[in-house]
Amino acid sequence: MKQNFRFSGTGGQGLITAGIILAEAALLDGKLAVQSQSYGPEARGGSSKAEVIISDEPIRFGRVTHPDTLLVMSQEAADKFSGDCDGSSLIITDSLFVEEVRAKDARRVDLPITHTAREACGKPLFANIVALGAVVELTKCVTPEALERAVLDRVPKGTEDANKKALAAGYELAKKAGGK
Amino acid sequence: MSRVLLMQGNQAVVEGAIAAGVRFYGGYPITPSTEIAEGMAKRLPQVGGKFMQTEDELAGIGTVLGASLGGMKAMTATSGPGFSLKQEMIGLACSAEIPCVVVNVQRVGPATGQPTSPSQGDVMQARWGTHGDHWLIAVSPSSVPECFDLTRRAVALSEKYRCPVILLMDEIIGHMRERIELPDNYEGLEAPRRKQPDVSPENYLAYAVTDGSKVPAMADFGSGYRWHVSGLIHDETGFPKGTPAATKNSQDRLHAKLRDHEDDIIQVEKYKTEDADVIVIAYGGAARTAYDAVDMARAEGIRAGLLRPVTIWPFADNAVKEAAQTAKCLLVHELNCGQYVREVGRAARGLVPVDLYAKYDNEPATPEQLLEKIRESAEKIKGAK
Repeated sequence: MKQNFRFSGTGGQGLITAGIILAEAALLDGKLAVQSQSYGPEARGGSSKAEVIISDEPIRFGRVTHPDTLLVMSQEAADKFSGDCDGSSLIITDSLFVEEVRAKDARRVDLPITHTAREACGKPLFANIVALGAVVELTKCVTPEALERAVLDRVPKGTEDANKKALAAGYELAKKAGGK
Repeated sequence: MSRVLLMQGNQAVVEGAIAAGVRFYGGYPITPSTEIAEGMAKRLPQVGGKFMQTEDELAGIGTVLGASLGGMKAMTATSGPGFSLKQEMIGLACSAEIPCVVVNVQRVGPATGQPTSPSQGDVMQARWGTHGDHWLIAVSPSSVPECFDLTRRAVALSEKYRCPVILLMDEIIGHMRERIELPDNYEGLEAPRRKQPDVSPENYLAYAVTDGSKVPAMADFGSGYRWHVSGLIHDETGFPKGTPAATKNSQDRLHAKLRDHEDDIIQVEKYKTEDADVIVIAYGGAARTAYDAVDMARAEGIRAGLLRPVTIWPFADNAVKEAAQTAKCLLVHELNCGQYVREVGRAARGLVPVDLYAKYDNEPATPEQLLEKIRESAEKIKGAK
């Protein structure tokens, strides 16, 4: 099975790091993964995107043309990167920033990701890890064990506990929303 | 023991260089190759090597040639604008036969172009960028593991044949992250070094050829062997010589030392080509699109295949000629307005149509887009042969 992910938002929200962590978690689970990103002059404060493909089979073309899961953390990114989603896509938005997405028939889950990061960890910069927890809870694309190990392998020393809290908050957020 | 990692293509080049025994890097960082400079700056001091950030790209390759003459395996990396600047000294490396590896992670050009977007616009420049009637080698990886392997191979080829080797990458492969399995330590890996003189310093002639390889032994500067390095046409001593015979001898040998070993140098990968009617020819990052497009075409009954030149230069004439004999059509896909397609056309000698899917809008082609071109090619040749 092949799953396509696109994480998009504003440069600085840590979405490329989130993409790398997800791909590393997939490898820890014994799957294959390819991660790519696109950025340009507009990456400074403008929109950025990271893409991850997870599969049991070799992955050749490494970009996502039709996301199974789209995470959008800014309105500009929603305008720019949600056009190729359809009824089979899951769109997770940060409700603090995103009003509208272009794919109207996609399954949409609005979550207060950045708000939760601030509440649970004291800083909005944990939003990318909260988002990863939510993505994994809603898609089951990697095991929670692999995700935790991948997160802890990547983050700066001394922030492990805050990052674990961020993950837990992300799982919780998605569980509640999933029950809606 | 080995380790499984998620790694960027550019980082895998760094590891490949370290494994191959590269111990000097000189260069000036430029997108999308910067991670190579960054990685070498981190890794070289760990293995007793030297990293030098120079004032510009010209000085970068200058230090690389100097380090190589001193006996080190040396490398530099750049992108299009810097590759243009390095051309003069790539020519010196061809003439004076100084081993070196020059990585070019291509981006959109000409000039400063589109710094963060993929392109394959330097494929002819890699072959003919420096002036004069020279031969050199260029190789092009299509995956992160292949970045590691081909960097090692590039170093080995430059040492064996005493010529510059261009590692021709593109932004797709340079920046993509994927799974790679690397040995815990590189000591067990082969890392061949240039041939050393087997005569005393007094009897050493720097450019005398003593075996059938046509490649002279190369003494390290500072080792007691003295020789003259020149970009002027020179004889066995290394000193300039202006006679017609000296010129012809020099040119003949510099060409033949590579041309006579094409079987050793040229590598291609064939994917489902045996019974293919349409053979796609693609290299580097564009080949990733092609594998998927070939499979999609097969799924709808079109016999498609992929011929992927791993060695870009010298050109794989024999493999392309064979493809032209067995297929009904060749379809070149490259991320430029059409460069390699001209070489393919020459090698196909009019045996079959040679179609082109040129993509040059900052984005790699999707498999669906290439599939559409395969369908068009397949439609055109219906009933042929």
